[in-house]
Amino acid sequence: MTDTLYDRAPGEISRTAEAQRLTLSDFGIYTVGFVLAVMLTAVSFWVANTSLLWAPGVAMGLVVLAIAQMGVHLVFFLHITTGPDNTNNVLALAFGVLIVLLVVVGSAWIMTNLNENLMPSQEQMNLHMQR
Amino acid sequence: MTVADAVYDAKQDAFAPTSEAGPAAKRVVVAFGFWVFLLSDIVMFSALFAAYAALVRATAGGPTGAELFNQVNVAVQTACLLISSYTCGLMSLAVSARQRLNTYIFALVTFVLGAAFLYLEVHEFANMIARGAAPQRSAFLSAFFTLVGCHGLHVTAGLIWLAVMMAQVEFKGFRPSVDRRLLCFALFWHALDIIWVWLFTAVYLIGIRP
Repeated sequence: MTDTLYDRAPGEISRTAEAQRLTLSDFGIYTVGFVLAVMLTAVSFWVANTSLLWAPGVAMGLVVLAIAQMGVHLVFFLHITTGPDNTNNVLALAFGVLIVLLVVVGSAWIMTNLNENLMPSQEQMNLHMQR
Repeated sequence: MTVADAVYDAKQDAFAPTSEAGPAAKRVVVAFGFWVFLLSDIVMFSALFAAYAALVRATAGGPTGAELFNQVNVAVQTACLLISSYTCGLMSLAVSARQRLNTYIFALVTFVLGAAFLYLEVHEFANMIARGAAPQRSAFLSAFFTLVGCHGLHVTAGLIWLAVMMAQVEFKGFRPSVDRRLLCFALFWHALDIIWVWLFTAVYLIGIRP
């Protein structure tokens, strides 16, 4: 039974039993996060510039790398965990991610449809070319 | 460690039902409130990202991203912000350990790297405007300057905040109110780095693909 009395503030390193089992020091947590972030960033720049990969898949690959790096930042720098003292932080984050997805994916979806269905021809009514 | 923190930690170890816990510590409430603000800030950025994605091809015959962006510049900017995020984390550790000198050193490194990032960004903007790629040139450039400029404004605010916090550490010491503000600052700075990850991915790497 690990009933925690209070929630842990976001950005604070969680010192639950689970966290203490890991042998990483606080300094080690930041350093591991930094190394992972540098690696993911380097891979992103490499993927964007290489001709080795199938070109149409590169954009999706870059999005996946960005999601991975966001995860690294959240876990190692912002110390968001799945522990019981972090429930409120995770729920707020989940709601934020939901709204962000609705805004970004919804806008992209609608704008693509508009471009494809409502435009008689590229020259005649291309919103993209309007000044 | 403050008395409040010690009491808080002691209570964390005790196994009592949540209903008997009483109100959460002020540190938790303040940081959670700031966390909610940061998430709403990210929602605002998502609208700017969506606008950019919708307008990225709307160049009105003007310059495109592929012609304007310099990837070396972006890589250096990314390195600056990423290392400053790391040193900001080390500063947080120094604050927890009440090491005043280390706090100042890591804050200084964070500040210098943030300022270098900002310098590169202003330099890039000035170059673009000098080449006729100002915000009024096309919808694409309006969206670009709004999105990237908004992040730059956040970094500027972060730098001012960091300088103010160091003055507070100097003159007020590590009292609980200063501690809470430093915790919020660290959250802010790390969140800015997350937004930059999406910026360099969406604008500078994906946005320039044909």
